[in-house]
Amino acid sequence: MPPVPIADDLFTWPDDEPRLIGGRCGECGAYAFPLRTGCPRCGATAVERTLLERSGTLWTWTSQGFLPKAPFNGQFASADPFEPWFVGVVELPGQLRVESILVGCPEDGPAIGMPMRLVTMPFRTDEDGREIVTFAFTPDESSPDEGDLPVSPRTPGEADHA
Amino acid sequence: MPDVAIIGTGIHRFGRFPGKPALSIAAEAARDALADAGLTWADMQFAVGGSYEVDQPDAVVAELGLTGVQFTNVYNGCATAGSALALARQTIGQGEHEIGLILGVDKHDPGAFTAEPEDYACPPWYGEMGLFLTPKFFGMKINRYMHDHGITHETLAAVAEKNYRNGALNPNAHRRTPLPAEKILGARMVNYPLTQYMFCSPNEGAAALVVCSADVAHRYTDKPVYLRSVATRTRRYGAFEVHTPSASVAADHVPAPTVDAARAAFEAAGVDPADVAIAQLQDTDAGAEVIHLAEVGLCADGEQNELIASGATEIGGRLPVNTDGGLIANGEPVGASGLRQVRELVLQMRGRAGERQVPGEPRVGVAQLYGAPGVAAVSVLST
Repeated sequence: MPPVPIADDLFTWPDDEPRLIGGRCGECGAYAFPLRTGCPRCGATAVERTLLERSGTLWTWTSQGFLPKAPFNGQFASADPFEPWFVGVVELPGQLRVESILVGCPEDGPAIGMPMRLVTMPFRTDEDGREIVTFAFTPDESSPDEGDLPVSPRTPGEADHA
Repeated sequence: MPDVAIIGTGIHRFGRFPGKPALSIAAEAARDALADAGLTWADMQFAVGGSYEVDQPDAVVAELGLTGVQFTNVYNGCATAGSALALARQTIGQGEHEIGLILGVDKHDPGAFTAEPEDYACPPWYGEMGLFLTPKFFGMKINRYMHDHGITHETLAAVAEKNYRNGALNPNAHRRTPLPAEKILGARMVNYPLTQYMFCSPNEGAAALVVCSADVAHRYTDKPVYLRSVATRTRRYGAFEVHTPSASVAADHVPAPTVDAARAAFEAAGVDPADVAIAQLQDTDAGAEVIHLAEVGLCADGEQNELIASGATEIGGRLPVNTDGGLIANGEPVGASGLRQVRELVLQMRGRAGERQVPGEPRVGVAQLYGAPGVAAVSVLST
């Protein structure tokens, strides 16, 4: 069975160079992600489907140091023993800052300002045995690293609850 | 609008109380506030109740007495207490009633809050991917703030250390054990740069206030504290907020809802932020207290390292913050949390805060709340 995206109309699929599917307001030109009926800036309902930039820079990030409760249902990281992962906000130039899981980052964390690009990743296997895929951002090695260093060294995230 | 006076405060200790119903916890806080005011439930002309977990806080009348009183339930996320205060202020200000009770209660399960993403205008995949979580937002917000303004990990630890130390002086706090900064910094990483001991926990508790028209306050107390203003605000387009899959880059430097609420509250009160002598800020995590100091207007961005290291925000400092231990030591029963803040301000301003009393009985205080999905409330009090 071919893999299935986590949601319809979320990212281009199948695609070797995936893009997120957003919206652009026909009245005020504001971008939106995900695509929804009303414009977040002016409230107009003339929002048109548009593809977002594939590449951007890391605006901020954190580690996910505990296994989230439902509705989280990912199987991309080990639950026992728990393996932390990174999440962040990627700035797509001139468009939006998008929240995302981050993959392929250095073990001690990514750096604010790093170039990032969109990829898809295996997310879980559903009840019917189908592979579900979702989007993530990863450091973009094709572009020069302009990232700043973190303010001070960090200890790698450990597993547990707040 | 005439000023509203706070003439009684009550609390049920914050913590975990297995087997004790939320409404029993609420009733104890209500009785405590009524006793403090020297009044009875039958004297209350109206009541406002706030809770996340209890659908109808007004059911507390079964414990307090079925007097037929007007009792309105409000819920506005972490800003619930702000909305309860605002409703009470309007009720008195419009002359509808002269005296009433504000009650907040909650009884949460341990662990991070969870809900249906779609109820917060977020798509299901946002929750499935583990993005529908408040702690990771706070980690990302302070990480960016540290990058922009040079706030250090040591400053975050100093905030948490202070709040545990203040909590140790507060018999109603949940966490009453002081923790040294090294232990806070070395604790397990929950959401970088925030460790386990830099976060508050959802828990249980209740708080209550008796309020009346300022015109009649001296019938009940010789030390009323006045609620000068309350403002609540939601997030604006472009602001970086909780539970937001994307935000615009076109609107950089969009003020957070706390900035808007604080400006409105200070303006309505006719008070300059520089006159604030004591503050209770939403310290969901140590980083939030650092950021909210600036968002409320009590310092400039980046001044916090020096301000906190100098001891200014300690009980004996020039701007004591979270003198009862804040959310970090008290935990966050959502409906009660903001009323706990106001109770602490009133105790301090009346000179009745015991071991944690700040010197000189502060005359102007501010309380601030912030939470998902980008809602804030700011209240200004004075003697």
